[in-house]
Amino acid sequence: MSNEANLHSHDSHDTNHEHHHETFITKYVFSQDHKMIAKQFLITGMVWAVLGGLMSVLFRLQLGYPDSHFSWLEDILGKWWVKDGQITPEAYYALVTTHGTVLVFFVLTAGLSGTFANFLIPLQVGARDMASPFMNMLSYWFFFAASCIMLSSMFVETGPFSGGWTAYPPLSALGSASPGSKTGMDLWIIAMALFVVSSLLGGLNYIVTILNMRTKGMSMTRLPLTIWALFFTAVLGVLSFPVLLSGFILLIFDRNFGTSFYLSDIFVNGVGALPNEGGSAILFQHLFWFLGHPEVYIILLPAMGMVSEILSVNSRKPIFGYMAMIGSLFSIAILAFLVWAHHMFVTGLNPFLGSIFVLLTLLIAVPSAIKVFNWLTTLWRGNIRFTPGMMFAIGFVSLFISGGLTGIWLGNSALDIHLHDTYFVIAHFHIVMGVASMFGMFAGIYHWYPKMYGKHLNNTLGYIHFWITIAGAYLIFWPMHYEGLAGMPRRYYDYSNWESFKQFADLNRFISTVAMIVFATQLLFLFNFFYSIFKGRKVTSLNPWQSNTLEWTTPLRPGHGNWPGEIPEVYRWPYDYGKDGQDFIPQTTPVGEEESHH
Amino acid sequence: MSTTTTAVPEKLWSGGKSPFKVEYGKLMMWYFLMSDAFTFGAFLIAYGTTRFATNGWPNPNEVFKSYPFASENANAPLVFVSIMTFILIISSVTMVLAVQAGQQMKKNAVVINLILTIIGGAAFLSCQAWEWNHLFHEGAWWGRNPFLNADGTASTTNFTNFFFTITGFHGFHVFSGVIINIIMLIMTLTDTFEKRGHYLMIEKAGLYWHFVDLVWVFVFTCFYLI
Repeated sequence: MSNEANLHSHDSHDTNHEHHHETFITKYVFSQDHKMIAKQFLITGMVWAVLGGLMSVLFRLQLGYPDSHFSWLEDILGKWWVKDGQITPEAYYALVTTHGTVLVFFVLTAGLSGTFANFLIPLQVGARDMASPFMNMLSYWFFFAASCIMLSSMFVETGPFSGGWTAYPPLSALGSASPGSKTGMDLWIIAMALFVVSSLLGGLNYIVTILNMRTKGMSMTRLPLTIWALFFTAVLGVLSFPVLLSGFILLIFDRNFGTSFYLSDIFVNGVGALPNEGGSAILFQHLFWFLGHPEVYIILLPAMGMVSEILSVNSRKPIFGYMAMIGSLFSIAILAFLVWAHHMFVTGLNPFLGSIFVLLTLLIAVPSAIKVFNWLTTLWRGNIRFTPGMMFAIGFVSLFISGGLTGIWLGNSALDIHLHDTYFVIAHFHIVMGVASMFGMFAGIYHWYPKMYGKHLNNTLGYIHFWITIAGAYLIFWPMHYEGLAGMPRRYYDYSNWESFKQFADLNRFISTVAMIVFATQLLFLFNFFYSIFKGRKVTSLNPWQSNTLEWTTPLRPGHGNWPGEIPEVYRWPYDYGKDGQDFIPQTTPVGEEESHH
Repeated sequence: MSTTTTAVPEKLWSGGKSPFKVEYGKLMMWYFLMSDAFTFGAFLIAYGTTRFATNGWPNPNEVFKSYPFASENANAPLVFVSIMTFILIISSVTMVLAVQAGQQMKKNAVVINLILTIIGGAAFLSCQAWEWNHLFHEGAWWGRNPFLNADGTASTTNFTNFFFTITGFHGFHVFSGVIINIIMLIMTLTDTFEKRGHYLMIEKAGLYWHFVDLVWVFVFTCFYLI
C-alpha cells in the first residue's frame, strides 16, 4: 500500500522554501503559503459572519418589535434602511437576502472549507503546500473581490438585492420587479460569479493535493477523516457550482440581453413586461437547487470531518467505524446530487416525481444515522477531555440530531406541502446546517488555534461562549418549530397584520432578545480570538492535544514548507488511541513487531 | 498453504505504469473538465426541458441551409455546419499528433501539428462568425426569432436565445483553446519543454481541446440534427 502514496512527480517546486526573502506584501497579502491563505479566509469569513449576524439582529428587531420605533437606528443606518425608527420593508428583504447569501456562501462555504481545507490538507497529508500555491492564492483573491462587490451592493441607491438568497426569478430576472432587482442584483450576480470561480480554483487544488501530494505511507485509508470530508466537499463543489454558473449566465442574459429563459407572461403593475413568452421560472429553481442541495453538504461535510477528528482525539479512543465513516461520507456525497427537487415540492412538480425525491431524500437518513451512531460510540466509555473544542464538537452532534430529525418531516412531500415556507423550515435548516456547521467551525478554531497562532485561546471565555451559544441556539430555533407548525410563514415583514399570528408576538420578542444575546456572545469570542493572537498563553508543547496526526509533528510556528527537514513518513492510521496500553501512537511511529492489529 | 503465499503483496498494480499515476496538473485538468461538463450539461438540459415544454420548434433544415457566397435562396441544409464540424474534428486529430510528437520529444512535429490545430480552431471560429453574422442579417438574435415553426406558426424566441447562448459559450471555449494552443506553440518554439525534458503541458492542452470538440458533438446534435 505504501507505494501508491508519494505519487507526485513534481516536488521540485516545494523544496527550499526556507531561503525565501519575504516582504510584508508576500508574507501577509499576496501570500502563497497555504497557512496564511487559510488565515485570510478565516478572517474574511469572520468579518462576514459579524456583518451577517448583525443583519439578522436588525431584522429580528423588526420581527420582535414590529410596533416600536428606534429613532437612533435612523441616525446610524440612514433613511433608506430605517424610516420613523422602523426598518423599511425594502430594507427588511434586503437584510434577509444578504444575511442568507453571506452566511451560506461567504461564511460557511468560503470561511469554513476555505479555512480548514487550506490549513489542514497539506499539514495532515504531509505536503509542503497545495499542489498549486498560485491558484490557491488566486482562489482567495477571487473570494476577496466577490466580498468587496457584495459589500458595495449594500450601498447602491436602489439598495441591495432583496429577492431571497435563492434569487428566484422573476424578482432576480426582471429589473422592474423590485428596487433591489436593479443595480443591487447586478452586483450580487457578479459577486456570486466571482465566488464560483474562487471555489472552483480552491476545490481543484484541494482534490489534487489530497490525491497526489500525500507523503510516503499515507495511503487513502490512513487519511484523517477531516481530509476525507474535505475531499468530498471539494468534489461536490467542483461538480455543483458550474451548474449554478450556467443558471446565472442564463439569468444575466434574461436581465440584460432581452431573452426570456426564466420569464413568461410577466405583468408588472398591469403592464406586460416582456413582448415574448415561453420561458419558465421553475427552470431556474432546478438549476439553482442542483447546486443548492449539494451546497448544504459542502457546508456540513467539513464540520463533520473536523468533529470526527476532535471527538476521537478528546475521547482518547479510535474513531468508531472508520471505514463506515468514509462510506457514509461517500453516500451522502452521491445522494446530495439526487435530492434537489425536495426544495420544490410545491412548484407543481409531478407527484410521482415528488415521491421519488422523497425516497432519495429519506435515504440520506441512513448515512447520517451511521455517522451519528459512530460519533456516539466514539464517545461511549471514552476518557473524555472537555476542552472548548470538544464541547463544540459534541454540540455539533446534538444540533445535527435535532435538526436532522425535522429533516425527515420536511423530506416527506405530504408534510412539506403544509410546512413549506413556514418558520418550521427556518428552524430546521438553521439548526442542522447553519448553527451545526458554525459549531463545527468553532470546534475547528478552538482545536487548531494552537497550530495556527502558537497560542492558546482562553478556556473560560471558551466555555462561556459555548454554553450561551448552544442554549441560545435552541432557545432561538426551538420555538420556531411551533410557529411553523401553526402556519406562520417565513419572509413576512410584519406578521402582526394577521390575526392568527398575533399570538406569537411574545414568542417573537423572546426569540429576538435571545438572538441579540447570542450575537453579543460572539463578540466575546472575537475578543478571545484577537486578544489571544497577541497576548494568549504560549503553546509550550509541540503536541498540546496528544494527537496522532501529522500537523503536530511540525515546529511550533511552521514556516512556508511546513517541515524544516524531510517530510515525515507515515506507518499507521491516525486513530491509534489507547492501543496496547499506550495513550496515543502518532502516525509517524513505525508499527512494532508485537503490536496488535487494529 | 505455505507462509510465503499469505503475505499481502506490496504492489497491487503489475501492469506497467499505473493509469492513476498522473502528475497533479493533468489530474487537475481532468477535474476541471468534469466541472465544465456539468456547465455544458446544465445548459443543454435547460435547453432540452424548455424545448420539450414548448409547442413547435423551427426545423433546423430550414434555418441552417445557407453557406458563404451562396445566393439568397440557397438550399443546402446542414452542409456548412457539417464542414465546420469536420474541421473541428480534424483539428483534434492534429492535436493528437502534436501530443504524440511531444511524447517522442520531436519538437518540429509538435510545432507543425500545433500550427495545424490552431488553424483548425481559427477556421472553426471564422465559420461560426460567418454563421452568426448570416443569422443576424436574417433577423435572428437574442430575443428575436424570425424563423417559423415547422408547422408554419410563430416560434418562440427561446430557439435563438438558447442557440446563441450555448454556441456562443462553446465558441468562447474554442477561442480560449486557440489562445492556449498559441501559448503552447510559443513555449515549444522557445524550447521551454525541451529544457523541462517533457511535453506534459501539450498533453494537458490536448485534453482541453478534445473536450471542447466533444462538447461540440453534443451541441451540434442538439441544435442542428434534432
